[in-house]
Amino acid sequence: MTKFQGRKIAQGTASGEALVTSQGISFYGGVNPDSAVVVEKGHELEGKSIAGKVLVFPRGKGSTVGSYVIYQLAKTGKAPVAIVNKECETITAVGCIISNIPAVDKIPIEKIKTGDQLYIDATKGLVEIR
Amino acid sequence: MKLASLEREMLAGKHGKATQKSMEILLALGEIYDAKRMIPVTSVQIAGVSYANLREPGLEWLAEMAKDGKVQVLTTLNPAGMDLDNWRALGIDPEFAKNQERVIDAFAKMGIITTCTCTPYLIGNLPHFGEHIAWAESSAVCFANSVIGARTNREGGPSALAAALTGVTPEYGYHLDQNRQAHITFKVKAKVQGTARFGTLGKVIGDTLDGNAEWTIPYIRGIPQASTDELKSFCASIATYGGTALFHMRGITPNKTEIPQDLLLITEKDMAKSEKELNDEEAVIDFVSIGCPHASIKEIRRIAELVEGKQVTKETWLTTARPTKRIADRVGYTAIIEAAGIKFACDTCCVVAPIKGRFKGLATDSAKGCYYAQGRHKFKTKHCSLEECIQEALSR
Repeated sequence: MTKFQGRKIAQGTASGEALVTSQGISFYGGVNPDSAVVVEKGHELEGKSIAGKVLVFPRGKGSTVGSYVIYQLAKTGKAPVAIVNKECETITAVGCIISNIPAVDKIPIEKIKTGDQLYIDATKGLVEIR
Repeated sequence: MKLASLEREMLAGKHGKATQKSMEILLALGEIYDAKRMIPVTSVQIAGVSYANLREPGLEWLAEMAKDGKVQVLTTLNPAGMDLDNWRALGIDPEFAKNQERVIDAFAKMGIITTCTCTPYLIGNLPHFGEHIAWAESSAVCFANSVIGARTNREGGPSALAAALTGVTPEYGYHLDQNRQAHITFKVKAKVQGTARFGTLGKVIGDTLDGNAEWTIPYIRGIPQASTDELKSFCASIATYGGTALFHMRGITPNKTEIPQDLLLITEKDMAKSEKELNDEEAVIDFVSIGCPHASIKEIRRIAELVEGKQVTKETWLTTARPTKRIADRVGYTAIIEAAGIKFACDTCCVVAPIKGRFKGLATDSAKGCYYAQGRHKFKTKHCSLEECIQEALSR
């Protein structure tokens, strides 16, 4: 079992399968708010759904309306179960807090692979590969 | 981050759920950006008002916050997706109108002043030099920081609301002296006059700064004078194209800064290149819109002069704040402008209204307006002076 100690962004615990990208994510415009599918042209995750996954990406980008897209996904049950970042920024942080999605940052995300089973204790800033 | 006792109480939920959620948001932001403490704010401007952007979940969140949230400081709103009184005449779908009203009701319940404008500084939400505020709306953030010399970060909708409900914001970024120094000097060697040309200059500088992590704050020389309307246009443009939250302009803006050695020249050639990008060659104009950012009473007076006794032949909108229109009503400009066939659109603007695909070509004096018209609404654009816009509206 591999453990990483990061920093709490939004509290809570979750477990799930990792969906990992080395690229930034723009929730407004980059993710379809109805289907949770990544629609940004040329993105590594283009065409993939982020619903129910532990979404692992370096950093958010784009419009601040992105926070409301995360919230919309959560309300319709299509949000990621947790978010793990290298360096969290305002849009993702605010989105996770208002949506009660556990989020942790300052994690060496290059050590996590898509399909890994993760356990997140965001309150303690912990990420475990099981 | 160290919290004061009242802030700790808020975090513990002793002042209600909305305040608790707000403090959680602010604390998380403060920790991400290494703030040492919260500081009081005196004014808030909230963005994320159009139902077209918020949609149902965004509205639900606002309604949840409105259950027990009350603003602690003067708080105003950005433009909504429609004129709240006159939406039918502007062709807005009744279903959209109903939902937009629900959004406004939620904000009103929290004690927010629901005058919807991107120019709060023109209608009574006017901070003074050095005041700490929490504003969203990129053009107003740039105006407040640069022209007024107040201090704000570029807030998003939720973080601005959080500041309003708690009365504080984490102290980082543009609140601190060390983050307000210029990084690059621009020497302008072109004639810049009028709102449209100032918008073009904003695009030239904004495009140069876009994506540059080291140069975010410009020091601009070579502008002998600028009116409030010209600066309003410049702020909207440089914030749109460059994400700029603060600039210094020699002889015009009040903030102190070191003058950067790195220097870039802006010539007529640079201006012409940006102007070309703002003007689609094949644009067929069927829509004219003035007032991005919202028109001042001075601009409205000028329009009244230009259209008195004439008739527009194209759909023409004049977007402004409702209090500004009330002044125009009182002194007779509204009657002249409406008699010419121009529609007042208060509370909204051509950036946030749901008008995608409704028109083919937009003529406007706003460089910011061109950006959203081209990207969001799929219109062709013509960027020209206010006088030329009115000429376009009157021509057959």
